[in-house]
Amino acid sequence: MTDFAEDLETRLLLDAIFHQYHYDFRGYSMASVKRRLKQAKEHFECRSISELQHRVLHEPAVLPELLSYLTIQVSDLFRDPAYFLALRESVIPHLRTYPSLKVWSAGCSAGEELYSLVILFREEGLEDRTMFYGTDINPRALERAEAGVYDMESIPRFTENHRKAGGKSSLSDYYTAAYGSAVLDKSLRRRAVFSDHSLVTDAVFAEMHLISCRNVLIYFDQDLQNRAIGLFSDSLVRKGFLGLGAKESLRFSKRADDFSEFARDERIYQKQRAT
Amino acid sequence: MNVSLLSQAPSPTIQIEAVVIGVSAGAVDALGTILPTLPADYPVPVIVVVHLPADRKSVLAQLFQAKCQVDVHEIDDKEQLKKGTVYFAPPDYHVLVEDDKRVSLSSEELVHYSRPAIDVLFESAADVFGPALAAVVLTGASADGARGLAAVHAAGGICLVQHPNQANSRTMPEAALKACPTAEALTLEQIAKRLLEIALRQ
Repeated sequence: MTDFAEDLETRLLLDAIFHQYHYDFRGYSMASVKRRLKQAKEHFECRSISELQHRVLHEPAVLPELLSYLTIQVSDLFRDPAYFLALRESVIPHLRTYPSLKVWSAGCSAGEELYSLVILFREEGLEDRTMFYGTDINPRALERAEAGVYDMESIPRFTENHRKAGGKSSLSDYYTAAYGSAVLDKSLRRRAVFSDHSLVTDAVFAEMHLISCRNVLIYFDQDLQNRAIGLFSDSLVRKGFLGLGAKESLRFSKRADDFSEFARDERIYQKQRAT
Repeated sequence: MNVSLLSQAPSPTIQIEAVVIGVSAGAVDALGTILPTLPADYPVPVIVVVHLPADRKSVLAQLFQAKCQVDVHEIDDKEQLKKGTVYFAPPDYHVLVEDDKRVSLSSEELVHYSRPAIDVLFESAADVFGPALAAVVLTGASADGARGLAAVHAAGGICLVQHPNQANSRTMPEAALKACPTAEALTLEQIAKRLLEIALRQ
């Protein structure tokens, strides 16, 4: 029933972006992509998706802005406190048994999740033996993650989240207020690396102990979800942990058997099978 | 596709494939009149968006599972829609329908100050199901659902709205009727009856 011409134009646009810029949105959930392209079309004042395609191909300045439409960037420090509480209470005791640790925040956007993990690990005394990797495809998001500057208006929410996540310190220990912004303490980046990595086209990150990838897979279709979950499985040590978003699940994945449910409600899985 | 075909009145012989419902203030009572009347083998899936606070778990699915003959649960991403099932949108996520009749979740920006938003579900469902969709806007204190209902109408779907005089909060039904004047304005009891007729006549 879908408008055939617009579907075709959408597919052609995604092909064009892939071939010219190597950003691959072809396996994304189409209902959401179409919605966001409609918004982008209005923003760029294009009459059709084809016209938008023409501009993406011929005006280099259009792509970075279009990427911000195609990648959703909504996060908070300690978003879904119950998840971080479960990490603290159930996962950390396992991680304590390793002499060194690697943690990957996949699709890290502006870094909120990664910094939450660093704060959590510091509170639990594990920061000094851990390397934190934050990856995303959007260069603007990575710049924001590196900077670690958030809107001061978000701080009451972040503080409340942190408290509900069992925070053992005061969130105000980790930022300074300046000109309506909260600037995170540089020391939180001491053991953190942000880099460009695509779950669609890039390869494994080896030997991770914890991968946190929340509300990223919802934007992928099933094939792409299978690829990403395979990538996570192959990147984890045996008995390593995978944390997903509150409504994401391995139930529909081909690689579900690689994992066991570790904390069901919080969508934390543990890798069982060696790869 | 031919535009005149798209805006045609719904054909009485078309078989619907899904029902979508949007409701806000007064949701529990309104849904309590409709959902328990659906038989266990109701032949199509029913997707419901209720405006909810983002930071709390929702008990709606549990609440209605106890009252309903159909299966009731909160949506997980990429779930395949099944008949005889009522799906609730989870707090803090939009719900969209994909071409393969699976549902996707999204954290896109709020629409009418809400995530989930009724417009987002209705527009994507209209896109996928076209005339084989019945959409229902119930009580609520926002304008959410109006644009979505207009999209369902434009795709040839069946549009039902709770009569503003009966609604706990009349803003949402009025906005929906304004955007979609040919929608049927009915009481909750009539809507329940219509949903049975529409789906069971096939």
